[in-house]
Amino acid sequence: MNKTSRREALKSLLLAPLAAGLASATGCAAGGAVNWNELPREYSYGRTGAERQRDRKLFAETYFSEHELVAIAVLCDIILPSDHPNGGALDAGLPEFVEFIVKDRGNLKLPVRGGIAWLDSYAIGEFGADFANIGEAQRLVICDRIAWPDVEDPALQPGIRFFSLMRDLTLTGYYTTEQGFRDLGYQGNVANVWDGVPEQTLARHGLRYEPEWLEKCVDQSRRDIIASWDDDMNLTS
Amino acid sequence: MSAADPYDAIVVGSGAGGGMATWALARAGLRVALVEAGPWYDPADEAQRTQFRYPWESPRRGASTRLRPFGDFNACIGGWELDGEPFTTADDTDFMWWRARMLGGRTNHWGRISLRFGPLDFKRRDSDGLGDNWPIGYEDLKPWYDKVDKLVGVFGTNEGLPNDPDGFFLPPPKPRLHELYYIRSARRAGIPVYPSRLSILTKRINKERGVCVYCRQCSRACGLHADFSSSTVLIYPAVATGRVDVYSNTMVRKVDTGADGRATGVSCIDRENRRELRLNGRTVVLAASACSSARILLNSISARHASGLGNSSGHVGRYLHDSTGASRAAFLPELMDRDIYNEDGVGGMHVYTPWWLEDTQLDFARGYHLEIGGGMNMPSYGFGFAANQYKRFLGERVGGYGNGLRDDIRRFYGSRLSIACRGESVPQYGNYCELDPNVVDEWGIPALRFHYRWTEQEINQARHMQDTMEELLEAAGGVLLGDKPGPEREYGLTRPGEIIHEVGTTRMGDDPATSVTNRFGQLHDADNVFVADAGTFVSQADKNPTWTILALAWRTSEHIVEQMRQRNL
Repeated sequence: MNKTSRREALKSLLLAPLAAGLASATGCAAGGAVNWNELPREYSYGRTGAERQRDRKLFAETYFSEHELVAIAVLCDIILPSDHPNGGALDAGLPEFVEFIVKDRGNLKLPVRGGIAWLDSYAIGEFGADFANIGEAQRLVICDRIAWPDVEDPALQPGIRFFSLMRDLTLTGYYTTEQGFRDLGYQGNVANVWDGVPEQTLARHGLRYEPEWLEKCVDQSRRDIIASWDDDMNLTS
Repeated sequence: MSAADPYDAIVVGSGAGGGMATWALARAGLRVALVEAGPWYDPADEAQRTQFRYPWESPRRGASTRLRPFGDFNACIGGWELDGEPFTTADDTDFMWWRARMLGGRTNHWGRISLRFGPLDFKRRDSDGLGDNWPIGYEDLKPWYDKVDKLVGVFGTNEGLPNDPDGFFLPPPKPRLHELYYIRSARRAGIPVYPSRLSILTKRINKERGVCVYCRQCSRACGLHADFSSSTVLIYPAVATGRVDVYSNTMVRKVDTGADGRATGVSCIDRENRRELRLNGRTVVLAASACSSARILLNSISARHASGLGNSSGHVGRYLHDSTGASRAAFLPELMDRDIYNEDGVGGMHVYTPWWLEDTQLDFARGYHLEIGGGMNMPSYGFGFAANQYKRFLGERVGGYGNGLRDDIRRFYGSRLSIACRGESVPQYGNYCELDPNVVDEWGIPALRFHYRWTEQEINQARHMQDTMEELLEAAGGVLLGDKPGPEREYGLTRPGEIIHEVGTTRMGDDPATSVTNRFGQLHDADNVFVADAGTFVSQADKNPTWTILALAWRTSEHIVEQMRQRNL
């Protein structure tokens, strides 16, 4: 199965247990459609041949089963749901990011696979079906038990570890997308001329620049004038 | 010119030392072959650009890889582990060997921290009785530092400090918010703090290079050429003279010598087609990095140089030493719920603390400086890990799921202040690299085997670093993160090689029995072979080595030109 049809298949798998309440868990109760944005397959950002080759290999590798990918998608969606103006995990293509980064990191493979297996086993024990196939309310009961690292119940520790890992991957995956940048309000990564902390921010923090320090700093109105110095190392331009 | 005609100079390696040698020699009219093990590189080339990329342009969102250990967008291709190029460490010793494989070498990823060594740094034996003095002093190198400042460009301030000399500085940028917190805490603790000194153009220095646009991405190399990379500042102008041939993707195996023991050229291998190549030269300048240059010399065995070229003293590879390091971070509750604005600034800290306890009695030798980190960095892989861990300090519950996490992310964004210390170690004869008789790389060149152990001096220094960082972070109103490493972890002391300031393997000296080169980087054993990387350092100071490499390499190059003029070479 090629990648596109695999993704389509996963979407329909996500849609299948509608009756079990997944639609509302994915924040799509109204429309019923699973909102799963796709990530690009080709990247170009100054790669060497060896790097491109390695990435191609990673993309071609199938590690997770469809069942596992659905479990990942359901978890990502619970952690960062789509019922938000800036979109959620599925809008930001999280399942595909998690799939890629787990293959890329290598050392995440076992914790994620084993974590899903633990979660399924726990869900079967509690509610008689694996995690993706129990009801939304039942899923949240489980999440409430494993989403808090301060819980000391030894029997839940594998689940707590796994949920923390999935929360890390979901948040890192989301906040490194355009949606995440919008959600955070990130302003950087553009050419600009830094001229210090805004006045109102300084005031808010009760801080100010020491006048002697400020005197030494760059006069941005003269940044384009070619530097020259006198013999005593004083800048004269 | 045919390949058989000798070049005036063959420069091996294109980092700070090799770039400077190539530029200075070509500018003086010499015909130069520049041999670089990696590919040609220009950050302004769209096909190689990583600057101004967004994290989603990478499938791994900027996470590190073996080829880019400092992240997927880092400009430098290289690392501590290279395919086909192993190294080994002797039993019970430790060393991490970083190698860059590209034009410009590791100047493509360095922090641009550009500190002159001070008068005391050249004469440490005089002050603490340990190690050895350099054969030269600050006054010998000062004119070269001056020239480097003006040629390359460095911002900073003249503070009249005794061991952190003034320079021809461009003006520094204003501190960021977390740096203002650091300044306040340093004032409270009575520890000095000054504008940092980085080779980034806050002001134009010529018509060719651009001026900083404050994207904080010097580590991705600047397409405007507004930061110092060897390629950007030295190699392109050198190539423009028309007198330089660049042999990229070419590994030097050994220096060839004639019956008189002098160099005749170098033997190399073309990494792309695995063809052997010989270059003839009147002089050879090794600038492949301290350990790589030592390796080439050790592998240049001949009847006249039975233990390797330049190694009659047995000192090639000896006195290998790296900077010490330790770091700590804190959460600053006052920086919660910040105003969000663009505070990228330059690619590194705007403020720093140089060593301030020169005249204090301590239980370790030498000193260290403090580098300050924090701010509203661009998210990349790892952002959002342990997203709301700081809630613990507020008496709130850590963990959870759902849209509340978005509030946590924003609330704690940019609320971290970190300090990294970089210190001077005491060079040891017993810390060294040598050829491993059992291992070769894929080019058939014997691999290096490292022997390296820290001493009590460095471990005690790390303990002091931890106490200092704790004091400063607490004075900043911070809640310390993680545990303070104790003796069981050598106080968080970094591993040898980890700071990537390894130097000393071909140290300079006036006595050929205890040094490899003379004070001009010229081999005692072969007068037409020079070392222009940090191998010649007698001691590393707590300063970053690049500015001293540049000053020494320029001085060595002028010496070569002068000796050629006098027909001594």
